Amino acid sequence: MSKLNLKITTAESEVFSGEVDSITLPASEGEITVLPSHVKIISSISPGELRLKIDNEEQFLSISGGFVQVNNDLAIILADSAERDSEIDIERAEEALKRAKERLDNSESEVDLLRSIQSMRRATIRVKIGKKRNSNRRRNQ
Amino acid sequence: MPSTKDLRDRIRSVSNTAKVTGAMQLIAASKMNRAQIAVQKSRSYSDQITSVLSVISDEVKGLDLLEILPLLKTRTVKKTLMLLITPDRGLAGPLVSNLNKEAGEFITKSKAPVSVVTIGKKGERFIARTSQDLLASYSVPDRPKLEDILSVSKFLISQYENENFDKVVIIYSRFLNTAVQVPETKIILPVSSLEKNEIYSGEFIYEPDPVSVLKQLIPRYVETLIFQSVLEAIASEHSSRMVAMQNATDNANELIDELTLDLNKARQESITSELLDIVGGVTALESKK
Repeated sequence: MSKLNLKITTAESEVFSGEVDSITLPASEGEITVLPSHVKIISSISPGELRLKIDNEEQFLSISGGFVQVNNDLAIILADSAERDSEIDIERAEEALKRAKERLDNSESEVDLLRSIQSMRRATIRVKIGKKRNSNRRRNQ
Repeated sequence: MPSTKDLRDRIRSVSNTAKVTGAMQLIAASKMNRAQIAVQKSRSYSDQITSVLSVISDEVKGLDLLEILPLLKTRTVKKTLMLLITPDRGLAGPLVSNLNKEAGEFITKSKAPVSVVTIGKKGERFIARTSQDLLASYSVPDRPKLEDILSVSKFLISQYENENFDKVVIIYSRFLNTAVQVPETKIILPVSSLEKNEIYSGEFIYEPDPVSVLKQLIPRYVETLIFQSVLEAIASEHSSRMVAMQNATDNANELIDELTLDLNKARQESITSELLDIVGGVTALESKK
């Protein structure tokens, strides 16, 4: 079966590069799944969870927005920031979530509010993906 | 002819200098490696965002976008904004003076009045010293992340959008390799028409639609341009400093060799003249008998 060639890069580094069977990503108008021989598409990505399927194994990444370009089985994801599930530190993410919530309650200006909502969303996604990873590990043990 | 004591003192002071420059060279070398890796890593992102941007701008060429996307619109240049990226510290060979020269030439040649935003203290001081219009100055850490330059790009974009300025350029030092860094001037706003990329031509589906994607993509693109320039500037700084310090260490060692030779000569001469004195004294005594 043919595969998709996927590259996930951020401005600072390359997060992922390799062949995958499918990519499920949070596009701006809802989740989309990209399979091999997908039609050419350029889409913006909302903050959320990115799922990769590689030989019946699923990998999760958190992504905080960006763009995707799919062209002849070559998918390029330009992420604002992306983290693999194995890199996520749940405790830190939960702390960030708590901080963001506090800030949300205390924020006065609109910019503050927007910022704390954004960081809360990011932290929520991280916590969610991190927890999923941990439950997967337990199942495999 | 300096005395042997003077020469010994000089050798000691020169070898102390050599120790310092040698240490600085090693530090710069390790920072240089890290900075070069950072440049390589971010190049792939900036190449790809450029290619995506060129595909989309090709797509929307027919549409009347300029009203919706002011960052693409070319206006008559009444005022120019310059972002000057320099190191914070000197001792980096000709790097800083080359950059400042480039900036100075740009300002003199420009027909429209130029205001300056700086990253790095050396450029800031140069602009202040030559009493140019310094609008703002920023500093970035030695290992910058994208977040560190967001405030800079937001500022530049808002200045352009509010029509305070009609053109924004970056002057930075482009990193070619360890030995070669060239000062370069790059126009970042308006986002200029990009070359069409043949490999990616063809019909794309856009989600939600080309204009919305473009709207989000352009600020990212500007950020990437600035970020990439900052990384290149940092890699240039450390490379240039490493080379400069290597030269300084080599020169000091050469000087030590020369001074040692002089010292040996001086010592030998004083021994010879002492011997002559003794021999002369002995002969005088003997002839008296």
